[in-house]
Amino acid sequence: MADLRINLAGIQSPNPFWLASAPPTNSGYQVQRAFEAGWGGAVWKTLGEPILNVSSRFAATSFNGQRVAGFNNIELITDRPLATNLKEMDETKKRFPDHAIIASLMVEPKQEKWHEIVKRVEDVGIDGLELNFGCPHGMAERGMGAASGQVPELVEKQTYWVKAVAKTPVIVKLTPNITDITATAEAAVKGGADAISMINTINSLMGVDLDTWHTIPHVRGKGAHGGYCGPAVKPIALNMVGECSRNPHINVPISGIGGISNWQDATEFLLMGAAGVQVCTAAMHHGFRIVEDMIDGLNNYLDDKGILSVMDIVGKSVSRYSDWGDLDLNYKIVAEINNDKCIHCNKCYIACEDTSHQAIDLYHDATGLSQLSVREEDCVGCNLCSIVCPEEGAITMKEVEHTLPSMTWNERQECLKAFSTTAEIIGG
Amino acid sequence: MINVLIDENFEEVTPRLSKASAIEEANRCLYCFDAPCMRACPTTINVPSFIKKIASSNLKGSAKVILEANPMGASCARVCPTEELCEGACVLQKDEKPIKIGALQRYATDWLKEQDISLFKRGAANGHKIAIIGSGPAGLSAARELCRLGYEVTIFEAEKQAGGLSQHGIVSFRLPQEVVEWEVDQVRQLGATILTGKRVGIDVTCTELLERFDRIIMAIGMGEVPHLNIEGEKLEGVLDAIDFVKTTKQKPLPMNIQGKKVVVIGAGNTAIDAATCAIRLGAAHVKILYRRTANEMTAYPFEYEFAKQEGIEFQWLTMPKKIMGNMDGKVVGIECVHMNLMDCYDQQDVLIEVENSNFIVQADVVIRAIGQRRHVDFINEMNLQHLNGVPSVDPITFQTSSPQIYACGDVIYGSGYGDATVVSAVQQGKDCAYALHDALQQTSEIA
Repeated sequence: MADLRINLAGIQSPNPFWLASAPPTNSGYQVQRAFEAGWGGAVWKTLGEPILNVSSRFAATSFNGQRVAGFNNIELITDRPLATNLKEMDETKKRFPDHAIIASLMVEPKQEKWHEIVKRVEDVGIDGLELNFGCPHGMAERGMGAASGQVPELVEKQTYWVKAVAKTPVIVKLTPNITDITATAEAAVKGGADAISMINTINSLMGVDLDTWHTIPHVRGKGAHGGYCGPAVKPIALNMVGECSRNPHINVPISGIGGISNWQDATEFLLMGAAGVQVCTAAMHHGFRIVEDMIDGLNNYLDDKGILSVMDIVGKSVSRYSDWGDLDLNYKIVAEINNDKCIHCNKCYIACEDTSHQAIDLYHDATGLSQLSVREEDCVGCNLCSIVCPEEGAITMKEVEHTLPSMTWNERQECLKAFSTTAEIIGG
Repeated sequence: MINVLIDENFEEVTPRLSKASAIEEANRCLYCFDAPCMRACPTTINVPSFIKKIASSNLKGSAKVILEANPMGASCARVCPTEELCEGACVLQKDEKPIKIGALQRYATDWLKEQDISLFKRGAANGHKIAIIGSGPAGLSAARELCRLGYEVTIFEAEKQAGGLSQHGIVSFRLPQEVVEWEVDQVRQLGATILTGKRVGIDVTCTELLERFDRIIMAIGMGEVPHLNIEGEKLEGVLDAIDFVKTTKQKPLPMNIQGKKVVVIGAGNTAIDAATCAIRLGAAHVKILYRRTANEMTAYPFEYEFAKQEGIEFQWLTMPKKIMGNMDGKVVGIECVHMNLMDCYDQQDVLIEVENSNFIVQADVVIRAIGQRRHVDFINEMNLQHLNGVPSVDPITFQTSSPQIYACGDVIYGSGYGDATVVSAVQQGKDCAYALHDALQQTSEIA
């Protein structure tokens, strides 16, 4: 049994799986059920000034019959009185002293508002704070959430105000609705953040009803953009975590969020630099019980690899994430089709022929069965054929022996620059 | 009460896919390029295309893809031996199960059947008149294509109801009448005149037809089941399998099989149909007698499986010698002999009676299902060249020895064209219509 305990900027939890601040962490009843199910921590549904919600709040997108490939919501922060939430936080912490309870906070960008709420919340003995600078809908229209999270100065200033009074670690939750997330991440670090978490939800409109022409969802015939999350956003989130992890100016722990549905997704985030993860959509789809396999799967993975503690894998892939200009131009792979394993759907052929580099030949054998072969000289190693191939092992991308030494674009440009300088000298 | 229960036995056995399972199944389709399922379909339905359209809830488009290629797509969805054709060719054979192409085809065509939409239009009248003899799958298929090409089509059907084998010969619990009736209506809506109860040769002469129509398509199928040529065939209780199945295609269902011991002779698909109908009519016991073994039987494997599940008993290597009757002239049993099947050269086997192996099988009803006769008299009346009642046709144009007359469907089965399946007949009907059209166009151009 590997040690699954994590320590994220001083916040300890029995495993890296936390519930994100969202509907699943709305009440003490829910958070306690989650802890009973095995979740290591919970970021309580965002506290702030009482709000009003609308009815018809969630929507999801199905992909080829798979439900909840993506999910969106227009629900706001907690609609329960602060005192009630604080009382339940206190009860929950007493019942589960070893589990992490983090209070998510959102108030107007005013120093006194932040000071007041931080003090009241910390009085109940929570383990940390998460500043919600990410919520993209509703609250953003009032200058909070993503609206302040998109302005690096506001992120820095508000983090600074909180840090001035906070006794527990402060996590700043970032919005992905920005061109370069490292800008706001750096601002949070400058403001004194102990950690950052990402991503919050992405601006989204889930759909339009083809019969009524209403938006999905709609509130009495009107819709507004919501926040997108769920499996579909994972690659976006993973990139943002990776970009922050490899940025030398962002030297605080990261709590990874975005489309994590199982232990494999979680492990990818850990390898890309997250010291822990937060989950919401998967729990909303299946209930809290999904954490059981997350814990079990991660543990088996670590055991199989002979790794003693989950913290030992954090960030292990970060150094492998780089800029395009640092990739080797002389590395070459080509597709290899195993006709014994091929099931003859010919998807690789049509994908390559229509949309890639016309490097696959299709012919029929004496029995009329299709046979496929790759013309290696025309194959650019794009992977498309192996991506569309439904049969495991029928197409492998194999490395072609190096004939030239490694040369990246940046190195090539350096070389050319040196050459032209030399040429100038000689010419001059 | 028993009547109600028996009626239920003749309702379609396979339930329709729900919307959710249809979409789930459609999404499982890989959407192969140059798809083997399409190549395996005698009518080359673009299977991946119609399935993708189910996945995107474009059911009108889906049904159109099916029916464009196969005018009898709703029947074929139910009666095609899909394991031998499209589903047998599906690339998902190894770990996964093949896509349920037949069930999806039924889903799309059922949807269309419940709408009030015509997908196809009658072509601008070209002035030519075509007579089609027989309103089975081949005749209807030819008729639909000819109507779309602008021909004035008249179908002559000897039976009271149109539909041919689909209407009379395929068991209701596989193919309900209303499906066939809908398909007939589709052809009628395109302008074809269907004259039922008109037997060519009796109600209208062949000469008349030749005078009144530019071309004739013979899609007359096959005839009655031949006699066994053994003693006792005239006894009360000896039935022709085709006639017997036909009685189950109408209400009220025959009640005279209840509690009876039924013996079916032969082991083709018609024998299975007769046997399963008998059991569903309340027979006490149904037994199939066959001279050879399960390896040689012509019934499809899935039909054999179905029959076993229905509780039909198979008695192999058994040949009837004599049907035995009582004083009232009613069947009481069959005297049989055991057979010995010996392998010989050239994959030919030899059947030999086992000496002194005579035994008696008790029976109240004997149904013969040993193939079908040809309409030899009619073919002779039309003055067509034929071999054992199978008219000789041009392999591409389906033209008979008489240039004005074409033939397609079961009537030419056995001369090397297709199988005796609905889907094969449908394709021949199409091909026949196109060939006839090409020929007439050429004639017109010359004129």
